[in-house]
Amino acid sequence: MPILETKDLCYVYGAKTPFEKTAVKDVNLSIEEGEFVGVIGHTGSGKSTLVQMFNGLLRPTSGQVLLRGQDIWKDPKKIRAVRFQVGMVFQYPEHQLFEETVAKDIAFGPKNMGLTESEIEERVQAAASFAGLKEELLEKSPFELSGGEKRRAAIAGVIAMDPDVLILDEPTAGLDPRGRDVLLTQIMNYHKQRKNTVLLVSHSMEDIARIADRVLVVNDAGIAMFDNTRSIFARGKELEQMGLQVPQITKIMMKLREKGFPLPCGVLTVDQALRELLQIMGKEGKKHG
Amino acid sequence: MVRDIALGQYIPGKSVLHRMDARVKIVLLLVYIVLIFVGSNFAALLLTTASVFFIMGISGVPIKMYLKSLKMILFIVIFTSLLNLFYGQGEPLVTLFGFMNITQAGINNSIFVAVRIATLILASSVLTFTTSPTDLTDALERLMKPLKVFHIKVHEIAMMMTIALRFVPTLLEETDKIMSAQKARGADMESGGLMQRIKALLPILIPLFVSSFRRAGDLAMAMECRCYRGGEGRTRMTSMHMGKLDVKVIIFSAVICAGVIVCSLLLPATVR
Repeated sequence: MPILETKDLCYVYGAKTPFEKTAVKDVNLSIEEGEFVGVIGHTGSGKSTLVQMFNGLLRPTSGQVLLRGQDIWKDPKKIRAVRFQVGMVFQYPEHQLFEETVAKDIAFGPKNMGLTESEIEERVQAAASFAGLKEELLEKSPFELSGGEKRRAAIAGVIAMDPDVLILDEPTAGLDPRGRDVLLTQIMNYHKQRKNTVLLVSHSMEDIARIADRVLVVNDAGIAMFDNTRSIFARGKELEQMGLQVPQITKIMMKLREKGFPLPCGVLTVDQALRELLQIMGKEGKKHG
Repeated sequence: MVRDIALGQYIPGKSVLHRMDARVKIVLLLVYIVLIFVGSNFAALLLTTASVFFIMGISGVPIKMYLKSLKMILFIVIFTSLLNLFYGQGEPLVTLFGFMNITQAGINNSIFVAVRIATLILASSVLTFTTSPTDLTDALERLMKPLKVFHIKVHEIAMMMTIALRFVPTLLEETDKIMSAQKARGADMESGGLMQRIKALLPILIPLFVSSFRRAGDLAMAMECRCYRGGEGRTRMTSMHMGKLDVKVIIFSAVICAGVIVCSLLLPATVR
């Protein structure tokens, strides 16, 4: 059974006002347990609205969101329980920090779940280490941390709820290249160790290409493509028409392919490209040698 | 959602009212408000009400938006008209519970009060629906210019209003985001006693204050970078002109004005 499924999901902002806007229209998809799904789409394509419906922050105008086959809005009073199972990290999550200490802030989620003190303590420690926060930072005020540390503290606050599905909305926005790298590696490790489902919304095709199993392309309030990463980035022309990019290395390899080099389409990382190039160079070498 | 607030929302359009000089609109609104309270009989009331309906009609704003802004003050309207119902003088028509007298004057009073408040809100909504906030504060600044004689810092006041108005939607959006983020962590804002609810607001208010200060600092820096130093010697990018259209509207308003005054003078007053 897929962990997350949607049926004819629609969302309309400001229904019946002059500002009416359909943000999500007739979305049907299913996500399997343990998948790492990248979500891409240009600004205003409806991807943020879509993912906010996955954990019941927005109530669909029509259609259903099924979590392990159960409609999450079947009993609206139990929607909080859904939010603990589907953790959501917003853009610039450091803006949500409010407690006196980092530890207390991370504990906010587990506390709301009604866990015991010792369980909360355990969760905080585990989440902090997943997010790569040093022990001594936990007793500091969140407002004293650096930008990257704040970001990681805020993400730890969601991880601490131990969600089955973790949704991250552009977690690397506004970080320097090194900060991005560290954060992405941490997310990858987290996914590997916990084997839970992760959805990563990002504008960085390089990031998506590096870590996602499957990619969901959102365009014009609907799903344009949903396939494994390699096949998605092999369709570079279509992506470009939607105002999206393919990773630079994929683009270079595609250009070389057009020039007649026997390269596969959908090369995603520099390492892969290097292997492919060495291979054909080896062949060429033999031919000429 | 916090975003669904109708009061003071500009709705872009191309109607006569949208194209008018904002200063004229503000002055006419003030005149209209005086007029509502000058009219003391049903004929005058009918005239003021009809004219506000007419203006709403030509504003091109959906009627739903007006109903929304009325909904917000529905309680006040009902409450005041109920109070007025029992405070009329003269022969009681009906007596409730032995001491609450409903008189003809009371009924008249309550109708007048309800209609007056409702038309007041509708007329003000016309102004805010058809005038962009920047135009509005710009117009206010120019209208208040004479106050400079009394050393009132008109420009600074207007700038404060502009900034405040400018940040209302931004802060609403921010509140929405922070609320969502805390809800995603299981914050419970819908249940519990009063104290619990107040406590539940902290996770929203603290980040909101922090970000407001950050925004204020950023904005101040950006303004200083562009050498902003108050209104002294500043010229305007846009200037306001009164055109034929405005004159026409002023004449139209003057006619209605005269109508209401004539009605009030010639016909006996139904309310004091």
